[in-house]
Amino acid sequence: MTKTVFIGALAVAGLTAGIASAQTLNDVQERGTLRCGSNEGLAGFAAPDANGNWEGFDVALCRAIAAAVLGDGQAVEFVPLTSQTRFTALAAGEVDVLVRNSTWTFTRDTDLALDFPAINYYDGQGFMVPRALGVSSATELDGATVCIQTGTTTELNLADYFRANGLNYEPVPVATNAEGQQQYLAGACDVYTTDISGLAATRATFEAPGDHVILPEVVSKEPLGPAVRHGDNDWGDIVRWTTHALIAAEEYGVTQANVAELAAAPTDNPEVNRLLGTEGELGAMIGLSADWAVQAISVGGNYGEIFEANIGESTAVGLARGLNAQWTEGGLMYGGPFR
Amino acid sequence: MADISDQPRETFRISMLLYDARYRSMTIQVVAAMLIMLFLAQLVDNTVTNLAALGKDISFSFLGSTAGYDINQQLIPFTSQDTHARAALVGILNTLLVAVLGCILATIIGVFAGVLRLSSNWLVARVMTVYVECMRNTPLLIWILIVFAVMTEATPQPRDFQEGGTASMILWDSVAISNRGVFMPLPIWGEGSGIVVAIFILSIIGIFVLRYVARKRQEDTGQQLPVLPLSLALFILPVTLAFFALGRPISLDYPVLGGFNFQGGLQVRNSFIALWLALSLYTSAFIAEIVRSGILAVSKGQTEAAFALGMQPNRTMQLIILPQALRVIIPPLISQFLNLTKNSSLALAVGYMDARSTLGGITVNQTGRELEGILLLGIFYLITSLIISSAMNFYNSGVKLKER
Ligand SMILES: N[C@@H](CCC(=O)N[C@@H](CS)C(=O)NCC(=O)O)C(=O)O
Repeated sequence: MTKTVFIGALAVAGLTAGIASAQTLNDVQERGTLRCGSNEGLAGFAAPDANGNWEGFDVALCRAIAAAVLGDGQAVEFVPLTSQTRFTALAAGEVDVLVRNSTWTFTRDTDLALDFPAINYYDGQGFMVPRALGVSSATELDGATVCIQTGTTTELNLADYFRANGLNYEPVPVATNAEGQQQYLAGACDVYTTDISGLAATRATFEAPGDHVILPEVVSKEPLGPAVRHGDNDWGDIVRWTTHALIAAEEYGVTQANVAELAAAPTDNPEVNRLLGTEGELGAMIGLSADWAVQAISVGGNYGEIFEANIGESTAVGLARGLNAQWTEGGLMYGGPFR
Repeated sequence: MADISDQPRETFRISMLLYDARYRSMTIQVVAAMLIMLFLAQLVDNTVTNLAALGKDISFSFLGSTAGYDINQQLIPFTSQDTHARAALVGILNTLLVAVLGCILATIIGVFAGVLRLSSNWLVARVMTVYVECMRNTPLLIWILIVFAVMTEATPQPRDFQEGGTASMILWDSVAISNRGVFMPLPIWGEGSGIVVAIFILSIIGIFVLRYVARKRQEDTGQQLPVLPLSLALFILPVTLAFFALGRPISLDYPVLGGFNFQGGLQVRNSFIALWLALSLYTSAFIAEIVRSGILAVSKGQTEAAFALGMQPNRTMQLIILPQALRVIIPPLISQFLNLTKNSSLALAVGYMDARSTLGGITVNQTGRELEGILLLGIFYLITSLIISSAMNFYNSGVKLKER
């Protein structure tokens, strides 16, 4: 008898458990807010300002997604995650989307059962050292003590790079960027290594940024982008096309300032019309309203505007567009065709 | 054989399962067992189904694949090309290292603090009370972070040890205390060092024999041998003679500043020091209380009797009180040792590469095998705890009151 009950219990449990995934969009709409996994604080990318408002390059993407889905760029709940906890939190459904300087890799895409629907920053790993050390190339780093954030691609690339070049090093694992920064500034490590964008952002918050140099070597490819759970393709589509809408908007000259005007009536550019919903039914195809892209672009502008406002050359972080320029300008940013 | 009972045989009815006291407890147990099994089945099934829904399976094959990351403190050689299993082993050894050294230091400090807390000297007793209360009533994590912060922020960088720098090495230029850890000389075991070590061990055994002989002699004849000078001589002389006779086979490798850091010697990393000290100090406060209560549990009459026999206070403590107190002390001490071992998983906070940081940290992260990794980690802590407590129980059965 016990056995039958056991099997019965198994069957019931099996029925109740199966209905997961494939409904992130519903969840978000029911909740009325988007849960966005973010940094614990990386200037320019994601950090709360003096009033507790999150802002930054990655934050802007979260807000754009929230605007596309909910019509309100403020309807975002930011969940700060460490590099160690981020993927678990996403897989467990604690966040709807993870926009946290996360590299798209084969293992993460497949074995970790995630999806990276789009890339919003093409990066690479670099090294930062105090200028006083007099080091001008990463090949001179033999015997150095290196601070690395654990749970990142960084620690794997680092091991590969030093081994391939026959250099010795002492890794000092840190849990967060803030901890790494503190250790590095205290001189407990000679070198801080992470994505170059992260290095620039970290350096921008130093008292004397000029005392630190980022070495010329770029030791890895780090395509950074939003991540979602594998399996909910509808939600993945929304994240992908919102990102592409921002990129395409820059290409077509749709800005925060003129988007309302351009969306008021069909223009003579059909691509812009379809993007902004004045022509065709693209919004309905991904389960959103016709003006989803207008909403997304209204929050922080197009991709170029978001870049310039948060991490561009006029900001403290001071990153050049480089690989992240539009494809028309020799970069890799290539918004998909809206049709 | 005649049937002695002429009562009709009672027939079994279902309702008896509930109303008959003979069956009721059985019924309750069966139902409870079924509920527990149901619960467990639901738990396991839910996990498997949800993992499947996420597109994940349960597999331990990741243990055999290349780890890809480096570990700074390694008791056995490890490179990034080794497997995750070996990385886990490196972490496990690091956990055991800090746990064993932590238990030793915590016991030493704890016994001192516990005994001193009972001191008749008002100041000493008060200072120890403050120490114990401060340690016991603040979270361990805070102590780990405090020690770590002091070690990294208040000590000089290796660079400062350069010629004309602001820092210098201590103990005849052999030890450097820096914000990357303490660098100290490392013995190099040359040819013939085995003989020196063997002689050293033999002289230690000799000292015990000497003490035994001396006691015997005192019991038999009443004469005392000069045990202390003789032991000291045994301790130092043979080893020194052998050392020089064999042409100094053991040398010291001194740390010297070169490149970015000190080279050579032994580096005791700050993460280790912070974790070790904080764990020991914290646990020692609990041990102090255990020791104090153990001592107080020994009847005052014992002390008075010893004093009446003319025993010195410290000998009374050593020979009369502590041996009896041990019986009360050992059982709760076991749980403190277990606590310390489990608390060592806070290593993560200072980047000490213990089992939690390698197997349960980086490996879990890089492979996405949370469930498997944490399960293995749990099993490791469970086994370690069981070993510690059975070893301590074994010792306890040696010292506990033997009833004849
Ligand atoms: N792109 C790498 C590294 C990601 C990462 O952790 N980046 C650092 C610095 S660029 C960061 O965001 N730190 C912020 C924090 O710790 O809150 C990865 O995905 O593994």
